[in-house]
Amino acid sequence: MATSDVMIETRELSKVYGAQRAVDRLSFEIRRGEVVGFLGPNGAGKSTTMKILTCFLSPSEGTAKVGGFDVFDDPLSVRSVLGYLPQRASLYPEMGVVEYLEFAADLRAIPKDKRRAKIKEVVEICGLKEVLAKTINELSYGYRQRVGLAQALIHDPPILILDEPTADLDPNESAEVISYIKEIGKTRTIMLSTHDLVEVKEACARVLIVNRGKIVADGAPDDLAAKSGSVKYVLSIDGGKDDSVRKSGPVIAAVKRVVADSVVREMPGDDHATLLEVSVKGSGDHRREFFRMAVENKWDLLELRREAVQLEEVFRQLTVGDGAPRRNAGSKASDTNPAVKESSSDV
Amino acid sequence: MSDTETTATKSAGALARGSIGTPLNNTLAIARREFVSYFSSPLGYIVIGMFLLLVGFLFFIPFAFLTLGKATLQPMFNSISWLLPLICPAIAMRTFAEESRTGTLEMLITQPVRDWEVILGKFFGALGLLAVCIIATFSYPVVISRMGELDWGPVAGGYLGLLLGGAAYISFGVMVSSFTKDQITAFFVSFIVGAVFFLMNKALIFFGGAASVIEYLCPDYHFASIARGVIDARNLIYFCSVIFICLLATARSLESRRWS
Repeated sequence: MATSDVMIETRELSKVYGAQRAVDRLSFEIRRGEVVGFLGPNGAGKSTTMKILTCFLSPSEGTAKVGGFDVFDDPLSVRSVLGYLPQRASLYPEMGVVEYLEFAADLRAIPKDKRRAKIKEVVEICGLKEVLAKTINELSYGYRQRVGLAQALIHDPPILILDEPTADLDPNESAEVISYIKEIGKTRTIMLSTHDLVEVKEACARVLIVNRGKIVADGAPDDLAAKSGSVKYVLSIDGGKDDSVRKSGPVIAAVKRVVADSVVREMPGDDHATLLEVSVKGSGDHRREFFRMAVENKWDLLELRREAVQLEEVFRQLTVGDGAPRRNAGSKASDTNPAVKESSSDV
Repeated sequence: MSDTETTATKSAGALARGSIGTPLNNTLAIARREFVSYFSSPLGYIVIGMFLLLVGFLFFIPFAFLTLGKATLQPMFNSISWLLPLICPAIAMRTFAEESRTGTLEMLITQPVRDWEVILGKFFGALGLLAVCIIATFSYPVVISRMGELDWGPVAGGYLGLLLGGAAYISFGVMVSSFTKDQITAFFVSFIVGAVFFLMNKALIFFGGAASVIEYLCPDYHFASIARGVIDARNLIYFCSVIFICLLATARSLESRRWS
């Protein structure tokens, strides 16, 4: 049977709570094999959308299909083709890890002769070997998330919906969960909700940003950053014997000649190099021109990169001023990079 | 019937449908987990311990079975019927309330299971604990039968009545539990309502012309009838109707969460 490439599809999807529209005529498609980051501030409608897609909530208007099955007309088929990890996965605390996975396998109708092999497989994928003998209430939050991920994978679903799988994890646990998601995303369609934009850049090839229940951006993280009109470059130039370079003036002038319509800001660097942050309007890529500029002036180009946190700025531009609290939005990047913090505040 | 259904989808362009367990398989899996969970916490042991303690106290202390001058379990069944409005809400209070509070209900309902499989699984899991309590009293008829000629008909009727009456109280408790996230609230609401219905049957004199209607609505009336060893279709219909209506209301309660 021919199958469509569209794995998740919503059309004019809405969910109304009283006077509030949590999801407002949302339409998007996610194709086979895509790992899509679903971003938005708190209260933007991410979890509500995911709950509709997993048939936990019914939409007030519009339609949604998962794996080609309508969430309203055929919820059992929808649930049979997807694995779901809800926000702050709640598991039965009194159950053992293996006992819980056996229960999940039972509900997924995995034949008894294949159950042991399936459990072994997800235990390996999610790194649960060390805690197999424990009950769930003895596990750290990170391990509980992994057990939640394991139950979502136990039936080898083609589609995964993960609602903030790294929320409340410490950075090490978070990095591990993201690495598992990257691994399983090689063969599956994944819709991943998170507040952490660094994780999104790491794991997702495409980003959907929602605000007030509506899609406000859709595309590859780099493309979205480029479309924001404020692409930033970081240049570090060492003039060698050219003492003039130790003063930033000539370098800034050269940069201005390369891209006239740019805002150049000098950042603290070492004594021998000039470190610049260059903001450029438009979506073009000027890295080659900066490289040639350094070569022509016989300067050593120590560093040349586009700012990795541009997505954070896009996120803020699109969602700021909505009145919703922006818990954790990009906190990792801005906490660890003062330069980023400064540039973000410009937006 | 095979263990799984792997029917191809009717929708054009859709993925092949994943495995979905049979209703029996899903219901049993949920009931088994529910039943075992009672023994993973003190609740199961407390319920069984309290039940046996109270039944033993009510059975032996008044020596009621001796005062009747014959071997009968009628006083014990009467005693247990007093306990059902207390024990059953304690068993049923956590079925949905606790799962709603902790969020495990979301995990359960988003598995490929039907709502009524979840409801029946929880109902039978809770009923399993009550059955353990009831089975633990089997030593009483054995003891009594050694003291005199025991008519086993009313004994069987009494146990059937206990199971049906208990099932009715549990179905009510499951329904109330689905309305709230607080299991203590669920316990008190189902206990109070159950106790009121139980006591109304003892105070029919105050209801005048409506007494016969009130009497029919009280589970204790139907239990007493079955415990006499008379299996009347009206009693069976009553208990089955109460269970069906309560579980149907539970299903509506779950459904309403989707639309809330």
